[in-house]
Amino acid sequence: MAYVSIADRDHEAEHHDPDTFITKYVWSQDHKVIAIQYGVIAILIGLVGMLLSSAFRLQLGFPDVFSFINPENYYQFVTIHGMIMVIYLLTALFLGGFGNYLIPLQLGARDMVFPFMNMLSVWVYALSVIILVASFFVPGGATGAGWTLYPPHAISPGTPGTDWGIVLMLLSLGVFIVAFTMGGLNYVTTVLQARCKGMTLMRMPLSVWGIFMATILGLLAFPALLVSAIMMLFDKLLGTSFFMPAMIQAGVATDTVGGSPVLFQHLFWFFGHPEVYIVALPAFGLVSDLLSTHARKNIFGYRMMVWAIIAIGGLSFIVWAHHMYVSGMNPYFGFFFATTTLIIAVPTALKVYNWVLTLWQGNIHLRVPMLFAIGFIFTFTHGGLTGLFLGNVTIDLPLSDTYFVVAHFHMVMGVSPVLVVFGAIYHWYPKMTGRMYNETLGKWHFWLTFLGTYSLYLPMHYIGFLGVPRRYFAMGNTDFMPDSAITLNASMTISALIIAATQTLFIYNMIVSLKKGEKSGGNPWKSTSLEWQTPDTPPKHGNWGHSLPEVHRWAYDYSVPGQAEDFTPQTVPESEVPVGRDHGTEH
Amino acid sequence: MSDAATMDGLPDGAKGVVTDYSADKQAFHVPWGKAMMWIFLLSDTFIFSCFLVGYMHVRMAATDPWPNPSEVFGLSLFGTDVPLLLIAIMTFVLITSSGTMALAVNMGYRKNRKATFWLMVVTAVLGATFVGMQAFEWTKLIMEGVRPWQNPFGSAQFGSSFFMITGFHGMHVTAGVIYLLVVANRVRNGFYEKRGGNYEIVEITGLYWHFVDLVWVFIFAFFYLW
Repeated sequence: MAYVSIADRDHEAEHHDPDTFITKYVWSQDHKVIAIQYGVIAILIGLVGMLLSSAFRLQLGFPDVFSFINPENYYQFVTIHGMIMVIYLLTALFLGGFGNYLIPLQLGARDMVFPFMNMLSVWVYALSVIILVASFFVPGGATGAGWTLYPPHAISPGTPGTDWGIVLMLLSLGVFIVAFTMGGLNYVTTVLQARCKGMTLMRMPLSVWGIFMATILGLLAFPALLVSAIMMLFDKLLGTSFFMPAMIQAGVATDTVGGSPVLFQHLFWFFGHPEVYIVALPAFGLVSDLLSTHARKNIFGYRMMVWAIIAIGGLSFIVWAHHMYVSGMNPYFGFFFATTTLIIAVPTALKVYNWVLTLWQGNIHLRVPMLFAIGFIFTFTHGGLTGLFLGNVTIDLPLSDTYFVVAHFHMVMGVSPVLVVFGAIYHWYPKMTGRMYNETLGKWHFWLTFLGTYSLYLPMHYIGFLGVPRRYFAMGNTDFMPDSAITLNASMTISALIIAATQTLFIYNMIVSLKKGEKSGGNPWKSTSLEWQTPDTPPKHGNWGHSLPEVHRWAYDYSVPGQAEDFTPQTVPESEVPVGRDHGTEH
Repeated sequence: MSDAATMDGLPDGAKGVVTDYSADKQAFHVPWGKAMMWIFLLSDTFIFSCFLVGYMHVRMAATDPWPNPSEVFGLSLFGTDVPLLLIAIMTFVLITSSGTMALAVNMGYRKNRKATFWLMVVTAVLGATFVGMQAFEWTKLIMEGVRPWQNPFGSAQFGSSFFMITGFHGMHVTAGVIYLLVVANRVRNGFYEKRGGNYEIVEITGLYWHFVDLVWVFIFAFFYLW
């Protein structure tokens, strides 16, 4: 029997609409519900990560004032904060949340290709979050090894949480990888195989491109983390010596002999560097759509944007050792990894130029999603430029393990993707709920968050340049630290607390607008892509009513000269485009 | 956006590739399950590659001497020491099971349900035999004092990586045996007849099975021949 693609099959009524509360909201196989479940869990655990950061910032800004922070839980807070933000918040929110919501809707599919596996994915993810949180409550508490979990200290006595915390941490990562794999296989297969009629790969919105490429990176990078987690569990539980060299602890030789801590670092960063792009590529994609829609202009250089996403994805696998310049490495390797790292700047800079050129002479509407998108261009450029410093071996050596590194990666893969997350949530909120958010609260949220992060991270670059090392519980009376660094640490803590408090505006806005927001209608932004053309808002189970949509154009027909409207949805055939005033000469 | 214009200057073959992959609806003319299995196997390849690269690194970094595999894995048969005897039989069994699996796929497409069922059962039995012999080999090594954390023949990392990697592969084979039996049973009881008589699933199962065999070839080469 010849195989027939989904878009060509008869649309027999395959409606098994869920009717009970449980099948509708808990064990739901609908990608939109799963997306929101992913999003809510990720944001909840993200808030935990934020509170942890507030706690350890208190210690850094005002050393020894707050007695509830001792060195042990300081390290635990720092570690779990990093883990949560990178993996359980950003990876899960971008791929599980936005991936689930946008892929089928933007490609004109009824759902993911394997909805049952998709449902398993979100609940296994929930399990991994529970295991992570549980690690705080076991004897010895959560692990305090730093989010990179470097052995030998991660599993040696003296580090917080070496009893059970590290075991639960590794277990949770393993469970997360299982969840991600089940979801990720779905996303990739859906993008490749379940597009609607007319939706070619080169007509897909950049959001889908970014999420698609990030998922591929995840499927190829998480294996390295899984393997290193298994090996470290063996080292911890079975007493093997994969990562453990012969050591002397408190004057006594350990049982371990001949292991290689550097192996862990290679495996970890073979995962860890692509992970940066697992977080960044979806942000690139989403922000492209936000900028184009709210500037009423096609994205500049769509084709280049796609190839840049692919090039960045490919290159991200051959740069990992730039995290290990101080680990001891053949100098030729340092040369190689510095070169590849700087080459990544080419496609990345190309994307930044294209975003700016999209804004140029656009009809810019400074709504909340657009503010966040433009804010992203600032913070990302900023973080990218400091990356050029750290990518060079000779400049990296003195800056390694200082606050300069912390400031760099927070700007580039903390603040920037989070700004996109906020922008994208505001942007798609009307589609998800059918109601508008509160614009004023949204603007306050943006300005406080955006300016707050600058007042937090700009000084952090400076104290990093002074040589203040990261991860220290307290600096004591260190000679090289001027008074200004102490004062700045206090001011940075205050900024961090203000940013944290600001997020309540966001949560409040999201919850209250669910009931009180104005009705938004199906396409409040006059957007072209498919998710805004659904028959119902929020889209019902099956998304498209009786028949699947048909696509006639790319997703960026904004302000096309000679057309009556300043946007032409992808579903409109060439013959039905309303002709009228010329937008091309207006601006 | 004209696709033709941007492809000027490309050779014909490359144009064909570009056209295929920029087609609408789907990139590959295969069922979803098959596409997904290929992607999963790609991901799984990275898992095994990381294991094997990790093993190579550990072997190079180890401070104690690495044991000689011919001696460790040798069997004593009728008074003579035969190196790698058991592992040769194991590898033969597993490769044979790939052959029966390929026949099962073929019979599936011919809609010969009975032959498909029996060939899949034979494949599963051969897989189970492989796991059984692996259990025997593990037992033998454990009796000789090899543990994940120590090893009388030399470097402790030998035992660690051996048990970890062959164990991980053995779990794959075991999962494959269960998978084969479930699908074989559904072939037998007509489950797929009710769904339009599509036996692609046999091929999808086969993809997984061949992958597990192929991985074994690498594990065999790196552990037993190096």
